[in-house]
Amino acid sequence: MSTNIIRGKSFTKKLNFNGNGSFYFGIGLITFLIILAVAAPLISHFDPTGQDLLNTLVPPSRQHWLGTDQLGRDVFTRILYGARIDLTIGFAAVLLPFIIGTTLGLISGWFGGWFDSLLMRIVDTTIAFPFYVLAIALVFVVGPGPKAIILAITLVGWVAYCRIIRAAVLVAKELDYVHAAKLSGLPTARILRKHLLPNVISQAIIFSMSDIVLSILAIVSLGYLGLGVPIPTAEWGSMIQEGQAYILQQWWIPTIPGLMVVVTGFGLSLIGDGLVKRLNR
Amino acid sequence: MNFLFYAGKRFLQVIPALFGISIAVFLLVHLIPGDPADIILGQTATPARSKVIHHMLGIDRPIIVQYFSYLNHLFHGSLGTSYVNQLNVTKLIGGRLSATAFLMVGGILLSLLISVPLAILAASREGAVRDQVVRVIPIVGLGMPQVWVGIELILLLGLKVHWFPVSGFGDTFVQHLRSSFLPALSIAIGLSPILIRSLRASMLEILEADFVLTAKAKGISKARVTLSHVVRNAIIASVTVLGVNIAYLVGATVIVERVFAIPATGSLMIDAIATRNYPIVQGVTLFFAVVVVTVNLLADLIHAALDPRVAL
Repeated sequence: MSTNIIRGKSFTKKLNFNGNGSFYFGIGLITFLIILAVAAPLISHFDPTGQDLLNTLVPPSRQHWLGTDQLGRDVFTRILYGARIDLTIGFAAVLLPFIIGTTLGLISGWFGGWFDSLLMRIVDTTIAFPFYVLAIALVFVVGPGPKAIILAITLVGWVAYCRIIRAAVLVAKELDYVHAAKLSGLPTARILRKHLLPNVISQAIIFSMSDIVLSILAIVSLGYLGLGVPIPTAEWGSMIQEGQAYILQQWWIPTIPGLMVVVTGFGLSLIGDGLVKRLNR
Repeated sequence: MNFLFYAGKRFLQVIPALFGISIAVFLLVHLIPGDPADIILGQTATPARSKVIHHMLGIDRPIIVQYFSYLNHLFHGSLGTSYVNQLNVTKLIGGRLSATAFLMVGGILLSLLISVPLAILAASREGAVRDQVVRVIPIVGLGMPQVWVGIELILLLGLKVHWFPVSGFGDTFVQHLRSSFLPALSIAIGLSPILIRSLRASMLEILEADFVLTAKAKGISKARVTLSHVVRNAIIASVTVLGVNIAYLVGATVIVERVFAIPATGSLMIDAIATRNYPIVQGVTLFFAVVVVTVNLLADLIHAALDPRVAL
């Protein structure tokens, strides 16, 4: 079987985006984006918020690789610094939902009973709210900024992890290794942490990859609506919004930040699909 | 009989969710820092005047009493009164409803037009080049911001070739249809990756089902098997997948209507933020959540009606 694959890789096999190659390609892509974000001051000497009102909407040149925007700010520089904001908040925002959802799912699946029933009613209520509607309502309460974004993503996001882990625990707790751990008299907390968690966490890790994409999309969309990271901070969503007015003359101003999101999403999806293959064996 | 029993059971399940929603939306407004009296009175606020407003709004009563009074209003179809011009929130939402309906229905139809053929194409030969190509679509498509898709469509189909209006909603039915095409297409492009992925998976499952094997064994042509057995089941699968993703769809309309400057329900909410008009924010949030629960229920009931196994 394995020799077969090594010798005769067909065209479709090479195209297969779920193969190992695409997994490493995804990791490479995301690493590259992170390096761009971290090294932004080294790559460009422009100030991402520095205005130059004598040189507004300049087309791409050797000095301004992607031209300047309506306030004369270097578009390429703003895209680099935007990566810092969008990637940082995007990755950070899934941390809390991951921890909260996994913990609650573990407890709820293991103990069941009234806690489980109550939690599932809360889950039903939460998924009834469209994310953006709830996010807009929370921005209203907390005020625009990273805090509101992270709060909104946390309030909605834990549900997915909770359901994934709960479903996995319901299956795993009937398996022999769990029964064995129970019979040997181990404390419940230890069984949950050392025996159950490592076996059920993989689904949550896989999901977290697409969840990061979703949270970056949320930051960008809220930024577009003027409810995200306040201007003039360089952020892809507000760049798309500001560029919309100049789209006929300078299509790249709103287009490239959007493409950056697509590339980020592509890389994370490849990693996610690669993880499915590796962790679900 | 089975269907009625299932329908009754599903209806009962909806009730706790609706209560949960009403509590969440009620609390949302009570968590807001600041005094609503200050918003209404603005510069003219004095302690005495604030007290009158508090009494008028009923917020000087215990919170439990306030909740039940809020619930009582909801049962009578009232979502409250806007702070700024004393308009009825239910009526305000009603006025925006047709635009939202155009976007949602258009988005659903277009996303089905995109995803069902692609899913059939991919599933018809698992692992073939066409399957690989279709499977790349969700990987790329999931990362596309809705606002960005909208803007690119404006550029390509609105400004470069002038096929469709790029903003506003028009006045007549035909204008509504034309104006809502690009936003609905943006929504569909956002929704399709999810649909394609789920539909392809359920299609592959159907193709391996016993009834398809039987049909093939009887010598029925492949095209006929696909049309009469697979497509029919694919439509059932689409109903379920759409039902699951309805919250996503509603969220998408809220954002996309902003890109195309369409005065639908989402804009009502976003505009209300600037004026801190929270009965509107509260009302629209509640409205959308109830829409999601209702559509979910409908999708489940349609699914049960089309596929008798569900109600078993």
